[in-house]
Amino acid sequence: MDIKSMKNYLYWLYCQFELITCSYLMEPWEKLLFYTFNFTMLVTVLYTAYVFVPVHVSMAFQFVLHLLFGNQHENTVSIVK
Amino acid sequence: INHIVHNGGLYKRPFNEAFEETPMLVAVLTYVGYGVLTLFGYLRDFMRQWKIEKCQNATEREEQKDFVPLYQDFENFYNRNLYMRIRDSWNRPICSVPGAKVDMMERVSHDYNWTFTYTGRVIKDIINMGSYNYLGFAQKAGTCQEAAAKVLSQYGAGVCSTRQEMGNLDKHEELEQLVARFLGVESAMAYGMGFATNSMNIPALVGKGCLILSDELNHASLVLGARLSGATIRIFKHNNMQSLEKLLKDAIVHGQPRTRRPWKKILILVEGIYSMEGSIVRLPEVIALKKKYKSYLYLDEAHSIGALGPSGRGVVEYFGLSPEDVDVMMGTFTKSFGAAGGYIGGKKELIDYLRTYSHSAVYATSLSPPVVEQIITSMKCIMGEDGTTVGKARVQQLAENTRYFRRRLKEMGFIIYGNEDSPVVPLMLYMPAKIGAFGREMLKRNIGVVVVGFPATPIIESRARFCLSAAHTKEMLDTALKEINEVGDLLQLKYSRHRLVPLLDRPFDETTYEETED
Repeated sequence: MDIKSMKNYLYWLYCQFELITCSYLMEPWEKLLFYTFNFTMLVTVLYTAYVFVPVHVSMAFQFVLHLLFGNQHENTVSIVK
Repeated sequence: INHIVHNGGLYKRPFNEAFEETPMLVAVLTYVGYGVLTLFGYLRDFMRQWKIEKCQNATEREEQKDFVPLYQDFENFYNRNLYMRIRDSWNRPICSVPGAKVDMMERVSHDYNWTFTYTGRVIKDIINMGSYNYLGFAQKAGTCQEAAAKVLSQYGAGVCSTRQEMGNLDKHEELEQLVARFLGVESAMAYGMGFATNSMNIPALVGKGCLILSDELNHASLVLGARLSGATIRIFKHNNMQSLEKLLKDAIVHGQPRTRRPWKKILILVEGIYSMEGSIVRLPEVIALKKKYKSYLYLDEAHSIGALGPSGRGVVEYFGLSPEDVDVMMGTFTKSFGAAGGYIGGKKELIDYLRTYSHSAVYATSLSPPVVEQIITSMKCIMGEDGTTVGKARVQQLAENTRYFRRRLKEMGFIIYGNEDSPVVPLMLYMPAKIGAFGREMLKRNIGVVVVGFPATPIIESRARFCLSAAHTKEMLDTALKEINEVGDLLQLKYSRHRLVPLLDRPFDETTYEETED
């Protein structure tokens, strides 16, 4: 029961996507081209995000920490040495 | 939202007009949709030019390829790539009288709307929400039809001449006297075609050295007539009296552009009901301005005659004004009277002048006798002179239908433009795919609607236009409303945020950029 209404809801969402991007009006080969292009762009963006975002986020985090607490870190390092 | 206090008591009843603003997200998504379609349009044009795809639209011949290109402007691009995709919503052939229910021939297209074939089936009893049948006189049985059939057997169908030569029948004289009595003017003249009434008579009334002040959203016939006349045309914002007054003041103060001489005539062109917006002209204010600045008023009552006013006499009666204040009252018989043709009413000198100098009177064939009889019978019915109260009942039924339909649509959450009392109801669709989808989904549910897009409306403001009729019963309206609700949920058309923006209350000047206050 829940799966059926979920499937209907997803189909309705797909219809809204079709209407907004006007792929409802396109011929099948145009739709294929459009969806392929969109899917490729989406996959590229997601892959780039997966590869680069963690590295960038951790570097940014380290930079902020260095800015705020940089002096304190130096003190502790000198004591250990 | 009434402006009774602001305008010094000119209005005897509240004037409720609203044009809800386009939601920002919807506007952005509409542009996205048009962007995608434009890109695909360029791709298809490229493929057609390089012969990858068969070119099915009109192109120049091989010998003419080096001449000035004919089909490269935006209108033709739009036609080839956007209009063709949704073309099945227009030019649908009907095969019965366009009353409250209509029969339609089923069409199917196998090559994406470039060609259509008829399946042979006739879709019966489609609820007709698109015909201009305001008082329900589009009937194939009844007093009008019997009278018209009798006249057809007496006079025949053709007139075979123009009004000035041998085409002036006694039926035309009877019709013109009746129209003059109906409107409350001294004299009237009837023409064979409503479009031609405007486009052929405005050049007879004004010429070079005159000024025409025309509303932004005037009909093509008025625009054509104004351009043909050779007068200077200035446009004022739609139904905006401050804009009109500013133009009038400038015209009186500065005169003609180069020579500074006073204008020979100033003519204000307005319509009673604007068919794309559903708005009613602010006639009391226009007449007050006209009297103050001594100009003339041409009122095109194509959609409002028979549809407004307690006894159907049009927008002048709706506001409770005197018909003598309007210099030229023009209207058509196509909408409320179920016939064809147009008329002009006014003072006797004006109409006598038009009988001689109008292009339509000299060159165009006059009205056909059965059509004249249909107009005479329906007009007598509306006036109550045929001894029944059918006419009055129809006018009241139309007003009730209008109020009920508009109220229910607003409650459902659609964006509806226009005045509360106008029987023309535009429902905003905005996105191009929804134009085609709305037309097709409504036809699947046996309701025929008219959808309108560019170039009749601005490019993002496409709409579906419902024309209510006195022939619609409450059951038909309820069925239609139920289906519109369903389709609205399916296509997500309920954009309204129930925020009625009041129209601007302070005067319009150079520092005003928006029509509405936030």
